[in-house]
Amino acid sequence: MKNIKQLWNYLKGNRSRYFGALISIGLATLFSLAAPLIIKTTIDSVIGDKELQAPKVIQDVIVSIGGVEALKDKLWIPAIIIVAFAIIRGIFLYFKGKWSAEAAEAVAKTIRDQVYDHLQYLSYDYHVKAETGDLIQRCTSDVEIIRRFLATQSIEIGSALFMLLFTIYIMVPMDATLTIISMSLIPVIFVFTVVFFVKVKEAFKLMEEAEGKMSSTLQENLTGLRVVRAFGRQAYEVDKFDEKNIVNRDLTYKLIRLFAWYWSVSDLLSMIQMGIVLTTSVYWTYTGRITLGTMVVFNTYVGMLLWPIRQLGRVITDLGKAMVSLDRIGEILAEKKEKMEEKGENPKIKGNISFKNVTFEYEKGKPVLNDISFDVKEGKTVAILGPTGAGKTTLVHLLARLFDYQKGSIKIDGIELKEIDKKWIRKNVGLILQEPFLFARTIKDNIKLGRVEAEDEEVFNVAKVAAIHDVVLDFDKGYETLVGERGVSLSGGQKQRLAISRSLIINCPIIVFDDSLSAVDTETDAAIRSALKKRRNKATTFIISHRIATISEADIILVLEKGRIVEIGNHNELISNNGLYNRIWKLQNLESNILEKSS
Amino acid sequence: MMKLQEQDYNERFDFKLWWEIFKFTYPMKKSVALLIISMVLVAVIEAAFPLMTLYAIDEFIYKGKISEVPKFILLYAAMVVMLSSNIWFFISIAGKIETNLTYDIRKKGFKRLQELSLSYYDNKAVGWLMARMTSDITRLGEIISWGMVDIFWGFTKMAAIIVVMLFLDWKLALISLSVIPILIFTSLYFQKKILKEYRSVRKINSRITGAFNEGITGAKTTKVLVREEKNLEEFTDITKGMRAASIRAAIFSSLFLPIVLTFGSIGTALALWFGGIEVARMGITYGTLVAFISYTIQFFEPIRELARVFAEIQSAHASAERVMSMINTEPEIKDSALVIKQYGDSFTPVKENWDTIKGDIVFENVSFSYNPEEPILENFNLEVKAGETIALVGETGSGKSTIVNLACRFYEPTKGKIFVDKVDYRERSQLWLQSNLGYVLQSPHLFSGTIKENIRYGRLDASEMEIIRAAKLVNAHDFIMKLEKGYDSQVGEGGGLLSSGEKQLISFARAVLANPKIFVLDEATSSIDTETEQMIQKAISKILKGRTSFIIAHRLSTIRSADRILVIKKGEIIESGNHQQLIKMRGYYYRLYTNQFIEEEGKRLLEI
Repeated sequence: MKNIKQLWNYLKGNRSRYFGALISIGLATLFSLAAPLIIKTTIDSVIGDKELQAPKVIQDVIVSIGGVEALKDKLWIPAIIIVAFAIIRGIFLYFKGKWSAEAAEAVAKTIRDQVYDHLQYLSYDYHVKAETGDLIQRCTSDVEIIRRFLATQSIEIGSALFMLLFTIYIMVPMDATLTIISMSLIPVIFVFTVVFFVKVKEAFKLMEEAEGKMSSTLQENLTGLRVVRAFGRQAYEVDKFDEKNIVNRDLTYKLIRLFAWYWSVSDLLSMIQMGIVLTTSVYWTYTGRITLGTMVVFNTYVGMLLWPIRQLGRVITDLGKAMVSLDRIGEILAEKKEKMEEKGENPKIKGNISFKNVTFEYEKGKPVLNDISFDVKEGKTVAILGPTGAGKTTLVHLLARLFDYQKGSIKIDGIELKEIDKKWIRKNVGLILQEPFLFARTIKDNIKLGRVEAEDEEVFNVAKVAAIHDVVLDFDKGYETLVGERGVSLSGGQKQRLAISRSLIINCPIIVFDDSLSAVDTETDAAIRSALKKRRNKATTFIISHRIATISEADIILVLEKGRIVEIGNHNELISNNGLYNRIWKLQNLESNILEKSS
Repeated sequence: MMKLQEQDYNERFDFKLWWEIFKFTYPMKKSVALLIISMVLVAVIEAAFPLMTLYAIDEFIYKGKISEVPKFILLYAAMVVMLSSNIWFFISIAGKIETNLTYDIRKKGFKRLQELSLSYYDNKAVGWLMARMTSDITRLGEIISWGMVDIFWGFTKMAAIIVVMLFLDWKLALISLSVIPILIFTSLYFQKKILKEYRSVRKINSRITGAFNEGITGAKTTKVLVREEKNLEEFTDITKGMRAASIRAAIFSSLFLPIVLTFGSIGTALALWFGGIEVARMGITYGTLVAFISYTIQFFEPIRELARVFAEIQSAHASAERVMSMINTEPEIKDSALVIKQYGDSFTPVKENWDTIKGDIVFENVSFSYNPEEPILENFNLEVKAGETIALVGETGSGKSTIVNLACRFYEPTKGKIFVDKVDYRERSQLWLQSNLGYVLQSPHLFSGTIKENIRYGRLDASEMEIIRAAKLVNAHDFIMKLEKGYDSQVGEGGGLLSSGEKQLISFARAVLANPKIFVLDEATSSIDTETEQMIQKAISKILKGRTSFIIAHRLSTIRSADRILVIKKGEIIESGNHQQLIKMRGYYYRLYTNQFIEEEGKRLLEI
């Protein structure tokens, strides 16, 4: 029920179209049922000599053109009426198709847009833990199932019901007993269809599983190509694949066999039904109980009814799917969005940062950062060093308000960070992730992602700073080269360098390198750093790195361990400490040590 | 660099191509013949039903031969039974043809994929090949089998109806059927159009999937770059396009049915009009008139089905071409007929003629290039003695991997020769060399199945004891025994249930079991914890003993222990020697080594 209401809401703005579609299918059905009636009247009363049985309006019309007798010489009139009815029916069919498509596509679009946007605003944490495959499945297949339900299935149900109602309505006055006889097997056919499609689900599942197994064997073979070749296992692989191929073949065949039973049995039932109607009606026509025209009508109607009834059985078994899909999409939309307070401040940010007794925990009682305090002046560089899990990344994530600290205070240019608008602060903090994501577009567009209006000249400049310009020019299409799935695959280091240029082009007053040079070799790393120094408008820079040469150049060095600052100061101050920093620094000057170790 | 080749195939009807695919049904020619007979029967019986009505009206109602009714019912029942058993029969047999056909094409395709050289895979994504082998082949199987069903049924039914109508009253038949050419023409036009529209819908749909994929996997980046609004804008552009295209496609299909129904109704109207006149003049009976009306209604169905099938065949042309081009690709590296005769091919080796490999490998003036403008190796010379360990060091793209690939005969030199045990390796079969090869990859590849099965991949006839011994040798035994099911634990798809260190150890055990004379190790730079790394290190030194080995090396410890280190730059050996010799040279290797040393030690200190 909740789902139906949800669907009703999605239909907002398209409800009239949708009802228009339903009414159209009803009218189209009505006109399709009218043609046999015209044939009946023509056979019985125009060609034949039976008394005209028709509503008064039609009687009047016929009288006005000279009565039934006159029609006998003008048989083209009923012929034209048949065509005219077909055209009217066609017009309604067309509108049914158009309107239901418009409504269903609009709903699909609304759901897609809504889910997409909702996902964007879910918390950073949600996306760290998200199961991508499952989410994509919901956003695509489930939306498709709902769309299909609206566009075709619900209309088909409507069409079948209209057909059933109208035929009964027309047939009963003609001959109630014959109507009952004509409908006698229809419930059987309907139930048979429903039962079959419920049962066949199992066989479908088995076949899909077999298909999946065959595909994954194939995929493993293709990705493990070298292993196969290196062990000379081609023959073995062929046998392995053959096994899955056989299972897939046999299960698919089994399914088709089930369908062979379904079609033959349901056709048999349908033809028996038609045979019953034919014999009975012929006999009653002979006895004079009904006219020849009525006989034709009954036979035609039963033929017209059988197909939609079988469709109805199939669609009804599919109904549950649409409800499940609505649920699965509802689950995503029920996830809480990140709060983006509209009224936050948008101050001009220069880059003076001050942490005071900042504490942060993901889970209660397990602080990841504990009592962190330090100050940075604008334009200065802070380097953070520490073992895995010390809280380095969390610390810089706090700056971009990807998480909010629980205790203490962070001030940027004297303003409390929590008071600043989230989007605004993120625009001002250029956070470069360790594993950056590149979008499937050109290199240039990837760099311009953060500032679409940037000039080519600026793109080249930042690319030069990030030491990626020459690499890009080496590609056949230069900056127009596509990256990602359908383009070139870049190395980890190249991706990181692109991510750096992408952040630089925004000209943020604060820049954060979250170990974003880890896959770049040491020489390039040094080149990038010296290029950064030469830039005008120097930003306040945070660098997380495990390279001591990188760290040593910073104005302030923080050594973090288990969420606390254990050492703080500049290079000279820290080497006089006998701490972690000192130990790592010593490695640098161990040339003799190296030669020693090597022998 | 990988580029997807998605060629645009033109979509005319290529008779030769389809004939080639159709030939796959040759082994099932009996079934095909039975199917055709069955389809003809179905169509003929279906076309006969209106005659039953005709008979009933004329004979029973107008001539009053009511005593014939039981016979009539019997005949009707016989037809019904015949028809439904034929329906059962043709679906079963078409299913058999379909499934066997897809099975055969797939089998052939898979075998071909096993034969094709690695260079074939260079510019093809796995997904691309998967699509050829799965959905494309499924589609071909369906089209051939069910297409045959529809074509034989459709033509027979049309022919049968025309014959019956002509026989009943040829003038009325010609009048009623006059709309057929228009029906055929519009059906073909619309079916083609509709398929085309739906194809563009599918295209946009895959863009939507791509956009969702990007939106979800790139969500963190989006947040950091504050791209939310821009993203949504771009996304709604796509969904807008999707809505427009879907509605357009739906409108085309909504136009199709009314238009052909209208044309069809003209046929019915003509039958009623002229038939009615004839009935009044006693030219034809009532029964004939009713039969004519049913025939004009029935005629439309086969036309629609035939139009659909032909449109589908045309649109499946691209699938057909892609599949056949894959199956018809000849492997670049092929054993000569002479070699195959002597040593067997990759599927049926003649092992008794194989020489035992010692492991001397010589590159003599070897040149290699993927394309002629960019040579990767030129006149490369290298002599490796049996049992020697060679470490290859250099930047990405320097040619290290190419050297190894050539040694394994995954590629062959474009010029020059490579000798294994003093014979040109082209004079032996590929399988001979590759069966003696141990290969451990940077990111080890395991097959889904148990640990035992994965290790056994190295030597299929290995006993349980031998498997355990191999695992022990590389120190994998202990961690395996700690798993709940030991050697029978599942590794998951691609080994996903194990850590990368564990996968590495299992791939070593697999290589050890194969007991190869030549060993290739493409070493990972991956971050494994120190303890596992030490275990791997120990395992490596055990494996290398007594085998000719090539290592694309990243870890200092591996490099240091090599017999010879080759520093490769732009396809040339710029420094060569053992560790001490190269350190003393103070060249490229020295710089590389010191940097790497600092990095590794620094990392170690930061690891807690």
